[in-house]
Amino acid sequence: MDSEDDFMSGLSSDDDMLDDQSDNDDESVAEFGIDESDPELDFSHKKDTKKKKTSFEINFKVYKPEDIQRQQDDLIDEVNMILDIRKEDAAILLRHFRWNKERLIEDYMDRPKKVLEAAGLGPSTTGPPKLEVVPDFMCDICCEDEPGLKSFAMKCGHRFCASCYNQYLVQKIKEEGEAARIQCPADGCNRIIDAKSLDLLVAADLQQRYHELLTRTYVEDKEHLKWCPAPDCPNAIECGIKKKDLIRVVPTVACGCDYKFCFGCILADHQPAPCELVKRWLKKCADDSETANWISAHTKECPKCNSTIEKNGGCNHMTCRKCKHEFCWMCMGLWSEHGTSWYNCNRFEEKSSSDARDAQTKSRVSLQRYLHYYNRYANHEQSAKLDKDIFIKTEKKMVQLQSASGMSWIEVQYLNAASHALQECRQTLKWTYAFAFYLARNNMTEMFEDNQKDLEMAVEALSEMFEKNVNELSEPKLKVDIMDKTSYCSKRRDKILEHTAENLANGGWSWSVDF
Amino acid sequence: MSFANKRLGKELAKIHGSLPPGITLVTADGFQEWLLDIQVLDANPIYMNKTFRLKFKFSTSYPIEPPEVTFTQQPDRPIPMHPHIYSNGIICLDLLGQQGWSPVQNVESICMSLQSMLTGNTKNERPEGDAAFVASNRRRPRDIDFYYHDNTV
Ligand SMILES: [Zn+2]
Ligand SMILES: [Zn+2]
Ligand SMILES: [Zn+2]
Ligand SMILES: [Zn+2]
Ligand SMILES: [Zn+2]
Ligand SMILES: [Zn+2]
Repeated sequence: MDSEDDFMSGLSSDDDMLDDQSDNDDESVAEFGIDESDPELDFSHKKDTKKKKTSFEINFKVYKPEDIQRQQDDLIDEVNMILDIRKEDAAILLRHFRWNKERLIEDYMDRPKKVLEAAGLGPSTTGPPKLEVVPDFMCDICCEDEPGLKSFAMKCGHRFCASCYNQYLVQKIKEEGEAARIQCPADGCNRIIDAKSLDLLVAADLQQRYHELLTRTYVEDKEHLKWCPAPDCPNAIECGIKKKDLIRVVPTVACGCDYKFCFGCILADHQPAPCELVKRWLKKCADDSETANWISAHTKECPKCNSTIEKNGGCNHMTCRKCKHEFCWMCMGLWSEHGTSWYNCNRFEEKSSSDARDAQTKSRVSLQRYLHYYNRYANHEQSAKLDKDIFIKTEKKMVQLQSASGMSWIEVQYLNAASHALQECRQTLKWTYAFAFYLARNNMTEMFEDNQKDLEMAVEALSEMFEKNVNELSEPKLKVDIMDKTSYCSKRRDKILEHTAENLANGGWSWSVDF
Repeated sequence: MSFANKRLGKELAKIHGSLPPGITLVTADGFQEWLLDIQVLDANPIYMNKTFRLKFKFSTSYPIEPPEVTFTQQPDRPIPMHPHIYSNGIICLDLLGQQGWSPVQNVESICMSLQSMLTGNTKNERPEGDAAFVASNRRRPRDIDFYYHDNTV
């Protein structure tokens, strides 16, 4: 497969960190990421090392803040030794070269003066930074000239009073979030403030903030590193995916905090849809939200008695409280007709071409088509949120179930597993509808729709079991059923993700638009 | 007295003493907002016989933070035509942004920079997208991320 070669070549260049670990034993999965078997880095993502990687999984590593710090320190030490320069200067040079050690060393060997100048390290005199009292000094920032005024100058010689220097640095760090490239306050001077000088001029809390920001720039400067976007998560993820790969792979990564996101676009996991498709879909949904909102509203009227029904669970099987009418939330059809014919609810029947001839009909059909997919997309998004609430209630339920059935905490964990599977499957299902919206029919579309239908049915079945009350859940048979359905759902999810990922990698899908 | 007031007091004393040609102080009541007029001294036809009014707004952390500087329109004080000056008076100049600002700059040096920005200009036009920007912008100039791609104009 030449597509694999492409990904290989995309990864093999310009990053030593990846090359260091590239003695992969499993060539078939190495193309999308990095190997996990570095003996030194035992914090790597090791959850499923035994399980064979599927076609929709990629290699990545999770780094904690101390790992990120150590990587920087190692690089600084190395440059400090090779070039025989101060560590502070090595750090500034590395940041100037966006942590490309090879290029720094090469350029420095060629033209040390020019490199130092460009990095804001200009001509040097020796001696540690210190505050001084200089006779006849006037600070150009505050215009103060009283005798005994403490002042500071970096090696460029631009001298300002200690208090102005401090205020300047506070402004840069606190207000502007700058760290790696703070220049001398003098107009036009590009001398960069180094960590040692900074420590002399600002209080401890700001020094700490400065070092945090420096660490951030390391991750932001490296193409293969990204911050976990989960709120308050300090981890970073390394993944070898390149921008040009994103049309053929959806790089979902899972942080140590359990959050799953796309390494390509940092949005929440959106497999099987590629980033570009997701971008378009979200834009379309935002543009069309006025037309589409009515359909995703949380309340609907019972098709039989017209009383208002609020959807309060993740399942599509609705029972009207007033008249006991059972129907499908998605299509409002009779639920009794669903069970086995869920298919009708999942696939949009393209209108006959004769209808489409009329331009007005055409636009109506295209809106209808969009709404069909949007409706299902929004439904799963909403259900996933509701399932989440239910999961919180589930904890309570698990406690109740223990006392009702005499099961242990471990024995009721299957509810937890079911809840997670539901979340994950709904997330996937949601994106299969965006995927389907842009899909042009070819010989694989049917297989995709079958897979989608199977997953949809499995999820609805599990969702319904999951919502049963404690008394019903105490039945041993239901526990077995839920466990079976949970693993079945995961299998169906793997199935559709494998099928979509494989054909994405080999360009097998046809799209109704250009990506 | 605050940091900004102390420095502005010293600047004001100097301004009352003398100002470079083409720059005049209109009002400086307090240390929050000053008005100055500038004129272009050479014979640039775009700005001939015209006077422009600048409004300076200072925060308490001036001069660590740049002041907010805009042209302000009066019956006899138009907004100068320039590819980096929007018709609402907002100026796109790196010197006035966080990146380009140096705390050794002052009111006088800003006025001189703007004078020379006008002096060197030959294009009698507004920035691209002026109408849309002026219609939609609700942000303060300091919060706008101007892209200083072309400092030669
Ligand atoms: Zn000072
Ligand atoms: Zn300097
Ligand atoms: Zn995380
Ligand atoms: Zn993405
Ligand atoms: Zn009813
Ligand atoms: Zn239905």
